[in-house]
Amino acid sequence: MIPSQFDYHAPTTLAEAVALLSRFGEGAKVLSGGQSLLPLLKLRLGTAEHLVDIGRIPGLEYIKEEGGVLKIGGRTRESALEQSELVKAKAPILHDTARVIADPLVRNLATVGGNLAHGDPGNDHPATMLALDAQVVATGPSGERVIPIDQFFVGLFTTALRPGEILTEIRIPVPPPHSGGAYVKLERKVGDYATAAAAAQVALGPNGAFVKAGIALTNAGPTPVRCTKAQQFLVGKRPSDNSFAEAGRLAAEACSPSADRRGAVDYKREMARVLTGRALKAAVQRAEGR
Amino acid sequence: MATHRIELSVNGAKQSAEVPSRLLLVHLLRENLRLTGTHIGCDTTHCGACTVLLDGTPVKSCTVLAVQADGREVTTVEGLEKDGKLHPIQEGFWEKHGLQCGYCTPGMMLSGCALLARNKSPSEAEIREAISGNLCRCTGYVNIVKAIEYAAEKMRER
Repeated sequence: MIPSQFDYHAPTTLAEAVALLSRFGEGAKVLSGGQSLLPLLKLRLGTAEHLVDIGRIPGLEYIKEEGGVLKIGGRTRESALEQSELVKAKAPILHDTARVIADPLVRNLATVGGNLAHGDPGNDHPATMLALDAQVVATGPSGERVIPIDQFFVGLFTTALRPGEILTEIRIPVPPPHSGGAYVKLERKVGDYATAAAAAQVALGPNGAFVKAGIALTNAGPTPVRCTKAQQFLVGKRPSDNSFAEAGRLAAEACSPSADRRGAVDYKREMARVLTGRALKAAVQRAEGR
Repeated sequence: MATHRIELSVNGAKQSAEVPSRLLLVHLLRENLRLTGTHIGCDTTHCGACTVLLDGTPVKSCTVLAVQADGREVTTVEGLEKDGKLHPIQEGFWEKHGLQCGYCTPGMMLSGCALLARNKSPSEAEIREAISGNLCRCTGYVNIVKAIEYAAEKMRER
C-alpha cells in the first residue's frame, strides 16, 4: 500500500520544525517514529499534505531525573524506555507499559510522544500517564506550554495540541517512598491493541492505607478513562482483596467501551473490572517492596 | 510533489537515489535496488517479513519512508553472507530446518542477528521475545528458536 502524495520536510532544529508546522497548519502532520502515522497514511484512513519529520532534530531523546521529576524527551523510543534502569527504578509502571506496546520491532522506532500525541484511546501510555499524573510539554510558535495530562485527551484521535505545536517532553512527578504502580493489559496476541488494560499507581501511608491512588483504563471509551470514583474510594482504605474488588467495580462503571472483534461491551467492562483489581494488587506489592 | 536525493549505505555499499516523499524503504530496496530478499507480507506493520536492520536495529521497512533512511546504514538478508560463506544465523536455519516456505525467514534472521549482537547467550524466552514481531505460519517457531540457539553457539565459539 502506498500513501497519497505528500511533501516531506526534515528540519534540524525545533524552531525550524515549529515554523514549518505553523506555515502549513492543519495540512501538516508531525512524523515522529511513524509507527501509527505511516500505517494510517498507507491505509488512507488519514491524509497529510506535509510531513514534518522531527527525527533529525537533536536533543529530543532522553530520560532523566531532575528535581523530583522524571523527564522524558518526546521522541524517546519505546525500546529506550523499556531498557532504562531509571524507569525501572522510579516508575516500574512505565516499564510495564512500554514492553507491551506493539512488538519489539515497532518499539525500536515508536516514540513515547507519538503514543500520546496520536490521541488513540487504544494506545497504552495514556492510561499510565493519567495514573502517574504526568504533564505534557508542547513547544509551539509562542514557546513552551505545560498541559496537565487530564486536559490533554480531548476526544477520539484529538488532543489539546494545537497546529504548530510539537510534544517535546513528558514530565512525571517521581512517586514518593512506599509507592508502586503496575500496568496490566489483556491482548489477543503480541502486537494487538488492548481488549482492555488498567494502569494503577498507588502511595501508601505509615499505617499501610492508601494515601493516593491513580487509576486509568485503556481502550475503554473514546478517550483514555480516569476512574475518579475508584480513586476516591481507595483513599484511607487498607489494601485488601475487598478494596481491590470494589475499586474494580467502580472502575468498570466508569468505562464506556465499544464492541468490536476484541469483544462485546459487557465482556470488555468485565475485563476492565478484573484488570483494575489485578493492577492494584501488583501496584500494592511493589509499594510494599514485595 | 517534491523528490529527495538520498544517500545511504546498503549492505556496506554506498547507494544514492532520487525518491518521492512517499516511497517506502521496502520498495526502495526491492524495486530500485532489486534486493528482493526483503519480503512484503502484510504491508500493515504486523508480520515482520520486511524486517531490515537500520543502523543495526531491526525495523519493519514497510513502515519507514525511504527518505528517512538518508545518511543511514541498512542491512538486508543479502548482506548477511560474507565472501561466499553463510552467516552463522543462515547456517543455523539450514542445520536446524528453521524454515518451511521461507517467507518469514529473512526477517527472522535479521531479528535474530540483532538479538545476538547485544546478547551472546540468549535464553529461549529472550529469543521468543526478540522474534515476537515476526510471524511464521509454517514452523510453529520451535526450529526457528533452535536455529538462533545454534547461531549463538557458533558465534560464541569464534
